[in-house]
Amino acid sequence: MMDTFAALAHGMAVAVQPMNLLYALIGVFLGTAVGVLPGIGPALTVALLLPVTYKLDPGGSLIMFAGIYYGGMYGGSTTAILINTPGESASMATALEGNKMAKAGRGGPALATSAIGSFVAGTIATIGLAFLAPWLVDFAVRFGPEDYFALMCVAFVTVSATFGDSPIRGLTSLFIGLTLGLVGIDKLTGQARLAFGVPELLDGVEVTTLAVGLFAVGEALYVASRRHHTEEKLEPVRGSLWMTKEDWKRSWKPWLRGTMFGFPIGALPAGGAEIPTFLSYSTEKRLTKYPEEFGKGAIEGVAGPEAANNASAAGTLVPLLTLGLPTSATAAMMLAGFQQYGLNPGPLLFAERPDLVWGLIASLFIANCMLLVLNLPLVGLWVRLLAIPQPWLYAGILVFATMGTIAAKPSVVELSMLAGFGVLGFLMRRFDFPIAPVVVGLILGPIAESQLRRALAISLGDPMTLLQSPISATLLGIALVALLAPFVLKGMGRFKANED
Amino acid sequence: MFKFPARLVGAAVALTLAAATPVLAQQLELKLMAPAAPGGGWDQTARSMQQALVAAGVARSVQVTNVPGAGGSVGIAQFVNGAKGDGNQLMVNGFVMVGALAMNKSPVTLEQVTPIARLTEEIQVIVVPANSPIKTAQDLAAAVKADIAKVTFAGGSAGGVDHVMAALFAGAVGADAKKINYIPFSGGGESLAAILGGKVTAGISGMSEYEGQIKSGKLRAIGVTSEKRIAGSDIPTFKEQGIDLVIANWRSVVAPPGITPEQRKTLSDAVEKMVKSDAWKEILKQKGWEDAYLGGDAFADFLKKETVRVTDVLKSVGLVKS
Repeated sequence: MMDTFAALAHGMAVAVQPMNLLYALIGVFLGTAVGVLPGIGPALTVALLLPVTYKLDPGGSLIMFAGIYYGGMYGGSTTAILINTPGESASMATALEGNKMAKAGRGGPALATSAIGSFVAGTIATIGLAFLAPWLVDFAVRFGPEDYFALMCVAFVTVSATFGDSPIRGLTSLFIGLTLGLVGIDKLTGQARLAFGVPELLDGVEVTTLAVGLFAVGEALYVASRRHHTEEKLEPVRGSLWMTKEDWKRSWKPWLRGTMFGFPIGALPAGGAEIPTFLSYSTEKRLTKYPEEFGKGAIEGVAGPEAANNASAAGTLVPLLTLGLPTSATAAMMLAGFQQYGLNPGPLLFAERPDLVWGLIASLFIANCMLLVLNLPLVGLWVRLLAIPQPWLYAGILVFATMGTIAAKPSVVELSMLAGFGVLGFLMRRFDFPIAPVVVGLILGPIAESQLRRALAISLGDPMTLLQSPISATLLGIALVALLAPFVLKGMGRFKANED
Repeated sequence: MFKFPARLVGAAVALTLAAATPVLAQQLELKLMAPAAPGGGWDQTARSMQQALVAAGVARSVQVTNVPGAGGSVGIAQFVNGAKGDGNQLMVNGFVMVGALAMNKSPVTLEQVTPIARLTEEIQVIVVPANSPIKTAQDLAAAVKADIAKVTFAGGSAGGVDHVMAALFAGAVGADAKKINYIPFSGGGESLAAILGGKVTAGISGMSEYEGQIKSGKLRAIGVTSEKRIAGSDIPTFKEQGIDLVIANWRSVVAPPGITPEQRKTLSDAVEKMVKSDAWKEILKQKGWEDAYLGGDAFADFLKKETVRVTDVLKSVGLVKS
């Protein structure tokens, strides 16, 4: 343990060198900027910067990449809250409550709780990275396909909280998402499904295209269609611009719980950032003292997922640094960055180049502080966006959404899909179907499917493998309890009512 | 916040690089397509070429465009139709595209492009967890022969080089390649976790992916697919263990169809000059890529043979319907 402290102190000394501080600053600035634009994620930015940084010293450029990585996670939530356009799939859960808050004039507190929550989660998770990485990675490696499938089952059961009031409508939405998830080349057999001979569809439906189409374009269409009925009054600021005492009280627990979901799941090789954000959202919805506010702008629904989002970003670095396992697109790019300097992340990196590893971890702390300093003063500026007259604002959102989609994938098909999803989003809003389950289905469906089939291929078709692994058995048990608990509780409630 | 679209940033980077080259550089202005998303092997190859072509003074500017989709099927379709007869365009491709085109029943094939040169290759390796009873390639061969369904191979996407290699291994040791139990994972990362966790019998990937784990002793390499041992490495080849399995994940560069012989010569010369430059050698060293330069008609022959070999294997494992 003392060794870790000494190493970290040494890393800190590396990271606070003026040049490295500058790299970190450039990194977080670029990261925030790209995170804001849907479609251009941190992975693309790192890819574009790789050839430029090749002349810099390894330490400095890796520190910059880490800044971009954390910055991207921050930036994505800004647009999710303000204009209902999640910059990345991981900030989708944030959009659910965050945008409702912004429309109710509480955009300031929403942005603040997301910035501070990201800071808290990022810091705790980075501490976790420094001290727990070697143990956590042993656990993460033991996670087999059957365990991932069980984790997906837990996720499916719990995210049903995003289904809104009518389970039938929620399930309808979910199945639209699951169907979209089938599009493209089947990962296990290489056969095309539901692609209709269109080569662009062979890679499947891009999550950001779907999310931006449903959320942003759909909403723009909906607002336009309502324009002559009742004009929705948008107030940029109602009450305090900053978080009130009440907001703090309602935020700190979701921050911590979000971190608890985000860090370990992010550290799993196939965990990702989306699952912990949804798990956090549904947990907060169950635990909140103000259930009536969910769906109308509950601060817990922003604080939790945002914390989970950032904690998982730190979690991703656990397998990257200890095993050389890139588990997200950005991590894969950072791995390429390491290799550019002839460094192979993996079990030997901590021993061979401790200065670099600990310098990187230390600079994550610094990047976190910089992001807070960079983002909090911007909150006041950002919320002014909401004062823009509605037709202009939504026209801007459409341009923004289209540009992001084209930048990520310059293709007519992609753009048509965006428009198609926009119309779908409009119709779903018009007829009161919840939108989030569609995206949940698209994200979780394919993972659940391929992990289950992998597990069965390994066990030669024996389904008992799902119960033989202790992790999987436990998780399936949790899923079952979560599924049955509401009915049981309801039944008991009726029993009590009869007694009276 | 004001933002440039990615392409503009890319172009700006290209321009900056171009500005730094000597005035003496030729007037070649190239467009280079990476038929994949930024970050993968083809994209890195394209961006390295961009760097080396300009640094070696072969081209005045090189603009890299990314056209991702379906293992390159989307990119090659756009390249063949859109760049026909254009002597200033190139596209990066490789082993994976051969299988992807066959599996996706692509209307465009590699026969339509003008081969320029093979550039690099990566040696493949089979690994087992350190505590596995399998010590050599012959042990694995025995296991495969005993009950092929029970031997699970983890590797990259279906129909990719890892999958083809698993089938070739089974065929080479006299087992029925049709029955291999191959479990595709997305990317080396996920499959590595499955191997370290002991969920599968063996793992297949490019050498660089597993190097760290092999050196640290967490994985045991039981064979590499090169003709001779890799310099400075004590991992035996499959050949010396009596198994005829030679395969490499190669990457190459091609030109559009319909260009004149002169245009072809200009492009071939440019690439050859780049390959011989110090800048390129430096990049190969950094990235750990093996120089596998093969130019002109020799490459065209190689491409044809490799296409036949891969398609046959994919047919035998049922990925491509004949």
